[in-house]
Amino acid sequence: MARKLLLENINVPGINTFDVYRQQGGYRAVEKALKSMSPDDVVEEVKKSGLRGRGGAGFPTGMKWSFLAKPEGKARYLVCNADESEPGTFKDRYLMTYLPHLLIEGMIVSSFALGAKVSYIYVRGEMMPQIRILEKAIAEAKNAGFLGKNILGSGYDLELYVQPGGGAYICGEETALIESLEGKRGNPRIKPPFPAISGVWGCPTVVNNVESIAAVVPIINDGGEEYAKIGNGRSTGTKLISASGNINKPGVYEIELGLPVEEFIYSDDYCGGIANSKRLKAVVAGGSSVPILPANLILKTITGEPRLMSYESLSDGGFQSGSMLGSGGFIAFDEDQCIVRNTWNYARFYHHESCGQCSPCREGTGWMEKVLHRLEYGHGKMSDIDLLVDVAKKIEGNTICPLGDAAAWPVASAIRHFRDEFEWHVTHPKEALERNYGLANYAEFTNAI
Amino acid sequence: MLKVTEEQPIEFSSKLITEFNEIVTRYPEEKQKAALLPILHLVQAEYGWVSVPAMDKVAEHLDIKPIEVYEVASFYSMYFLKPQGKYVLEVCRTGPCCLVGAEKIMDYMEKQLGVKEGEVTSDGLFSWRGVECLAACGMAPVLQIGPEYTFHEHLTEEKVDQLIQELKK
Repeated sequence: MARKLLLENINVPGINTFDVYRQQGGYRAVEKALKSMSPDDVVEEVKKSGLRGRGGAGFPTGMKWSFLAKPEGKARYLVCNADESEPGTFKDRYLMTYLPHLLIEGMIVSSFALGAKVSYIYVRGEMMPQIRILEKAIAEAKNAGFLGKNILGSGYDLELYVQPGGGAYICGEETALIESLEGKRGNPRIKPPFPAISGVWGCPTVVNNVESIAAVVPIINDGGEEYAKIGNGRSTGTKLISASGNINKPGVYEIELGLPVEEFIYSDDYCGGIANSKRLKAVVAGGSSVPILPANLILKTITGEPRLMSYESLSDGGFQSGSMLGSGGFIAFDEDQCIVRNTWNYARFYHHESCGQCSPCREGTGWMEKVLHRLEYGHGKMSDIDLLVDVAKKIEGNTICPLGDAAAWPVASAIRHFRDEFEWHVTHPKEALERNYGLANYAEFTNAI
Repeated sequence: MLKVTEEQPIEFSSKLITEFNEIVTRYPEEKQKAALLPILHLVQAEYGWVSVPAMDKVAEHLDIKPIEVYEVASFYSMYFLKPQGKYVLEVCRTGPCCLVGAEKIMDYMEKQLGVKEGEVTSDGLFSWRGVECLAACGMAPVLQIGPEYTFHEHLTEEKVDQLIQELKK
């Protein structure tokens, strides 16, 4: 069985309470950091660990921390991004529900490293139960002297608050999140300046995903070098994968990066194979924004190498034949699913969630939704397929924030790999309303491992 | 739940005001506007939706312009700008939930409640709507009910029936 760093104690009864978490060795990282390390030592360990941002972009966390400006007389902030909204991703909800103290411990150590005296956990508003859980856990930690003034007699002060969002996917983008935290609409800011220079209320700010902050705890406990030994190449450590769709065992799995995709899908330790004895048609491996891949390309790269669950392997082949690890939102499609309908569903999502600031995204996402809708409902023309490719191309790279790219990639990749299915919707509009296209030529393997 | 119409002026209870004031202490001085989103949640939990008089009152309390409240309340999907049923059943309608039957659940809900998406049942008890990804794809299909956003997972038609019956009690 693979090593677990984050979810090791998840089945211990009462692990969501301070006392049990502490008995299981919780808050050791706070003691170690505050009593025997300098803030720069903590940053150095995180750099050594090779930890990459677990929210989706995969930027090295230690490097992000080292960019933080430290002007005299200005407050610095750490903001945890718990606005988990990427379709297919639900690992942060899981962590906050069952291991709230792991996140709080990570927040204390990370805030200490960055010199933040006040930190916020920005949780999407719909996660009201998780907000309650975190507020209770913060009160417990404060009661035990791990938050507030002069923590463990170290002279370090920290206040930690939970901030609810209002329901907006865009607030997962760090500058939109900052705007939202300030009580405004979630319109992303133009970068530069980056939040590390000018973030919340114009002060230097680091925004990190829930899982990234939780991972700081084992990194400090065991050392960055130990963490870096796990994984594969530049994909170090463990990663939480949210598995959903047509599989036997949907759920959150902690994997060592580098696990073969085939093992992840078919092994009983993970997804347990495709549900109802059906065959795999396609996978979206890293949340709805990343390119969809047909079954043959998710299991093996274009050169025939086994595909691995790592940043590098999942993007092998570029967008022509590869995808991205993204947030680790792993969505599996069985042979009965319709790619056109799914692509329309995602397009509607991005249209709904576009903040409306940049014309290419505001207008383009609406166009894509409309054109995909008519293809799905039997009114499409053959030229619509290239029109979609054209609109997607004109959004990509032409917006302030990555939502434009995130909206364009699913559409472009679906047509790249499943063009025949789109064409069939045009040539067989009535049939397409009655049945699905099926597997056609995508199944090149059997359900055997 | 208090009944509020568009025209009625609003006075917040002292309990609400105390909660507002506690939230404001979480931010640096003069940055009280940051309390806007959490305060709007409290207002909605109290009245069931966010009316213009309520937003004006929030603006007054936070010493910001009314437009700063309107633009926020209209941007975020959780704030209701018109009255809803006592229980708003919000079903996730995004990709992963649809792979395992969310669309059928929404059709069934429409049939059982007898109202279209966004409308309120004649007894004032229910409204329903499709919402975007709730980050619970492993428990799909899912729905949530405010103001505490309790979750109902692995939905089936039987579970929808059960839920509606329980809420009617």
